[in-house]
Amino acid sequence: MLKIVAIMLCGVAVGFLMRGRRLRVVPHAVTVLIWLLLFLLGVEVGSNPQVLGGIGELGLEALWLCLAGLAGTMLAAWALWRYVDSRRGRDS
Amino acid sequence: MKGSLIIVAFFVLGIACGVMNWLPQLPDNVSFFTLCALMFCVGITVGNNTAMLKSFIRLDRRLLLLPLMTIVGTLAGTAVAALGLPHRSLADCLAVGSGFGYYSLSSIFITRYRGPDLGTVALLANILREVITLLGAPLMVRFFGPLAPISSGGATTMDTTLPIITRTSGQEFVILSLFHGFLVDFSVPFLVTLFCSL
Repeated sequence: MLKIVAIMLCGVAVGFLMRGRRLRVVPHAVTVLIWLLLFLLGVEVGSNPQVLGGIGELGLEALWLCLAGLAGTMLAAWALWRYVDSRRGRDS
Repeated sequence: MKGSLIIVAFFVLGIACGVMNWLPQLPDNVSFFTLCALMFCVGITVGNNTAMLKSFIRLDRRLLLLPLMTIVGTLAGTAVAALGLPHRSLADCLAVGSGFGYYSLSSIFITRYRGPDLGTVALLANILREVITLLGAPLMVRFFGPLAPISSGGATTMDTTLPIITRTSGQEFVILSLFHGFLVDFSVPFLVTLFCSL
């Protein structure tokens, strides 16, 4: 796992060194690599009957985790906004 | 929206190929090397973007806390949700949550370290997060204030959900949205690997 993070940090360094240049190819490469990886993930899911059989249940789990995360994050955003907004009122 | 449909299409195509056995046996590390290439490219785009770093300076300091609120809020919410999923460990649930809508990267990482079962949950959960943000942004602003769609968008507020955020929260939140997406995006590989290794 550390290897992958290290590779990303190498990328950051390379990107920084080339900051004068417009790197138009890179975002396209990212898109294509993502397509390829999601395709490979699909292959893995498709050739694994156990996962494929449980995909409805996995979907419900996903929805549950997603909604709970969103509820938490929205409350946090709301709290920060109340704080910033009230301070702003006092400052002006 | 179109981008995520294409991604789902590739995922479905992969499933079809897997079910029908259309592909020859792939070597085990194909996805690992593809992932390395992807991370390298993602790193380049981050390092290359110095203009964004400069525009952060003009922002209200307190609003800079927003990425932290997004991360803490999501993780707290998913931790609570983990109570309802007794067959999943807390760390697994947190790994899914720390995709922050970055479904491609998080599902790839989680598949690699936790298998296609949890990887699929991560893919679906994070796609849903993006879709719900795109559709629900106006309601979020009404009930939770202008920061809510930005938090909800998570790692996607730099690209796919930026247009809807500018429309619903207002033009003055563009820089914050970019900054937020940039930081949360950057945190995804770290947090996902962290929770996968617990």
